[in-house]
Amino acid sequence: MRLEPVANPTIARSLGFPAVALGLSVVVASLLALMAGANPFATLGLILKGAAGSQFALLETLNRATPLIFTGLAVAVAFRAKLWNIGAEAQLYMGALVTVIFGTSALGLPGPQPLLLVGLAAMLGGALILLGPVILKTRFGVDEVVTTLLLNFIMLLFISMLLDGPLKDPMGMGWPKSPRLDPDARLPRIVEGLRLHWGFALALICAVVVWVIETRTTLGYEIRAVGQNPRAARFAGIPVNVVLVKTALLSGGLAALAGFSEVAGLKGSLTLDLSPGFGYTGIIVAMLALLHPIGVVVSAIFVAGVFVGADSMSRAAGVPTYIADILLATALLFMVFAILLTRFRIVRG
Amino acid sequence: MTPMPEAREVVLRLDNITKRFGRQTANDAISLSLRKGEVVALLGENGAGKTTLMNILFGHYTADEGSVEVFGSPLPSGATGAALEAGVGMVHQHFTLAGNLTVLDNILLGTASLWSLGRGRKAAEARVRRLAEDFGLAVDTGAKVARLSVGERQRVEILKALYRDARILILDEPTAVLTPQESDALFATLRKAVDQGLSVIFISHKLHEVMAISNRVLVLRHGKLVGERRTAETSPQALAELMVGAEIAQPVPSEATPGATLLSLRGVSVHPPGHRTGLRGIDLDLRAGQILGLAGVSGNGQGALAELLSGEVRPDSGEMRLGNEVAPPWTPRAALAADIGRIPEDRHSTGSIADFSLTENAILETYRDPELSRAGWMRWSAAEAFARQVIERYDVRCPGPDTRIRLLSGGNMQKLILGRALESEPRIILANQPVRGLDIGAVTYVQERLIAARDAGAAILLISEDLDEILGLADVIRVMSDGRLSPEFPRGSVTAQELGRWMAGEGFDHAA
Repeated sequence: MRLEPVANPTIARSLGFPAVALGLSVVVASLLALMAGANPFATLGLILKGAAGSQFALLETLNRATPLIFTGLAVAVAFRAKLWNIGAEAQLYMGALVTVIFGTSALGLPGPQPLLLVGLAAMLGGALILLGPVILKTRFGVDEVVTTLLLNFIMLLFISMLLDGPLKDPMGMGWPKSPRLDPDARLPRIVEGLRLHWGFALALICAVVVWVIETRTTLGYEIRAVGQNPRAARFAGIPVNVVLVKTALLSGGLAALAGFSEVAGLKGSLTLDLSPGFGYTGIIVAMLALLHPIGVVVSAIFVAGVFVGADSMSRAAGVPTYIADILLATALLFMVFAILLTRFRIVRG
Repeated sequence: MTPMPEAREVVLRLDNITKRFGRQTANDAISLSLRKGEVVALLGENGAGKTTLMNILFGHYTADEGSVEVFGSPLPSGATGAALEAGVGMVHQHFTLAGNLTVLDNILLGTASLWSLGRGRKAAEARVRRLAEDFGLAVDTGAKVARLSVGERQRVEILKALYRDARILILDEPTAVLTPQESDALFATLRKAVDQGLSVIFISHKLHEVMAISNRVLVLRHGKLVGERRTAETSPQALAELMVGAEIAQPVPSEATPGATLLSLRGVSVHPPGHRTGLRGIDLDLRAGQILGLAGVSGNGQGALAELLSGEVRPDSGEMRLGNEVAPPWTPRAALAADIGRIPEDRHSTGSIADFSLTENAILETYRDPELSRAGWMRWSAAEAFARQVIERYDVRCPGPDTRIRLLSGGNMQKLILGRALESEPRIILANQPVRGLDIGAVTYVQERLIAARDAGAAILLISEDLDEILGLADVIRVMSDGRLSPEFPRGSVTAQELGRWMAGEGFDHAA
């Protein structure tokens, strides 16, 4: 068996194989449910019901999808330029930290600041923390996979230090958590009475903005050129390093908005368990979406739905929630294969 | 007395090979037989079906009809590796070497079992050296491939095939990247190989080389075998007509009328990373309305000069002037702003972005112009119109401007790059091996365009390792050797042999 490139993949081909991949991963999840002694159809039904079966469930899924859209966009933008930003987690925490600093009067800074300013400051924080690894990459050729990955742990320890020190909530009964945001610094809900905040709308807007940047602006064109052939880009006069820095600022800023939206929209304060790996899951989200910004929204909602649905299914059916991780992992593996099949066909012989 | 090749056994037989891609027939019932100790040349324009035929032989494609036989036994259809195992070695036009490994590692790659852990390396190295000596393929086995010149890399490719006991060698455009001396060395190697009973398929566009080395010539056109000739009984003109289906004429430039000096270098030295040789204090003048042909063996500083003029590097020392002005801070953009049109040596890795459309590739250098983008917003309709204009004016054969450039043949890719560079009517043109690996039709086309640009007043630096091209096109000729430049020789005042001596490094000491 060999692979032959497909010159111009049809839309059916581009969408059909990913759909089959998702179907196959559902089949694998069903088999696992069977092994756990549960009825696979009931289990899947419960996941679906838990993810989208009620208004509450649906809103919970969208709430969970919000940070994933931001981190997914951050990863998608960076990967387009072949800038391997594995540090969305650190940028998320940076965004959350800045939100707390400017949204409360902790650290003695004049606060709280207007929400827009807090959001912009959070983006700037996330952007700056990715700048270091990128400058190391462009100047000295240091591999950004290593530096951005390690920064995740440095950032987490740094936050841990702050939460046990200057940022510790005096009213927190000794728990390592920051003071709560001033009510003025909170993202309001989209519809009063429904548990969905403006962070979700902001995420959708960001997805559209990123899509417009990628397809309509010179920066998007430069990012794609640098990602696909940096040598040709440099020869043609595209300032490759400048483009990488701009990409990093965009990517880091987007990831930081995940932290801003979680703190200002949902949690109200910063804790060490603010993110159950949203930064890493963002990589899965971006890959499932084939790095397409609008696709990121769809895949983030899918991934969030699986997590939320599996939580509620687990309570009802007694199947461990790990099934969510396995479902996503198999979906990703099948998707990688499906992506291959959209561009190549298998020839027998 | 050894028997004539005609009487010897057939080692390779392709029988009625047909391959279709959609509606297009790439190979139409092609039959070919190769005998022991014979050199068969495969001649044809780009897209004539030569590469497809070889891909079928190597199992990369499955033929729709027909069969392949090596040493009397049929090859399973579409099995990659079967041809290699049967003793067929291929030297590709685009080398398949790992630059970060040594010559020896590249040759051994894939031949030794994973578990041998370097045992027998000494013996292997001795064997490589012996092969190198037997076939006249001098190369340092310990050197990293990235540091080798193109000619040396090709020798490594041939050694690799010989090391794997290839009895049939297939060379795809082997001289496209070589100097006359290197080509002669290659031919000497091939003759030695043939004397030792190897058989060779020689794919080429260069008629005089086909005439010099082959016993028989097969001519392909539009996927069909249009002629088979014994080399002794044909002529280059007859072959060329078979190949393109019409009579062709090499472009002959009229007398040049050189004008003002548009670019000058004084005592410029530069040694960019990745080049074996840099520039060692050269003086150079490019004059309006004149083609300066730069001859030389590859890796003698031409790459450094090309990078300098295209803005990729700045001079380490010395002075660069544009007209009467000292050159501004030097970057690719500054070079473009100084009206330098650039045709890079490697159209695949430097000149284009494979998965970009023709439109996206066409605007790569100019996307910031106000016609193509405003305030950071692309004007894609204008970009597409520009691409259509280049496609039409430069005869780029393609399905449309949305096509990804990787799907184009080398000639059409080069026409797009040429169009991109010339459409803004640059005053200075850097053409680095502009016709390397192109078919005759495309070569003529590119050369005519360069002559037209010269006649319109452009100063052209033509870097080429093809002396025929230099002698035919250049108004003045200079030779580069070891980072130095020979004096200028006006057209017609120097022979290929004299240039060859300068290329070998003679004469520089008293000229300098």
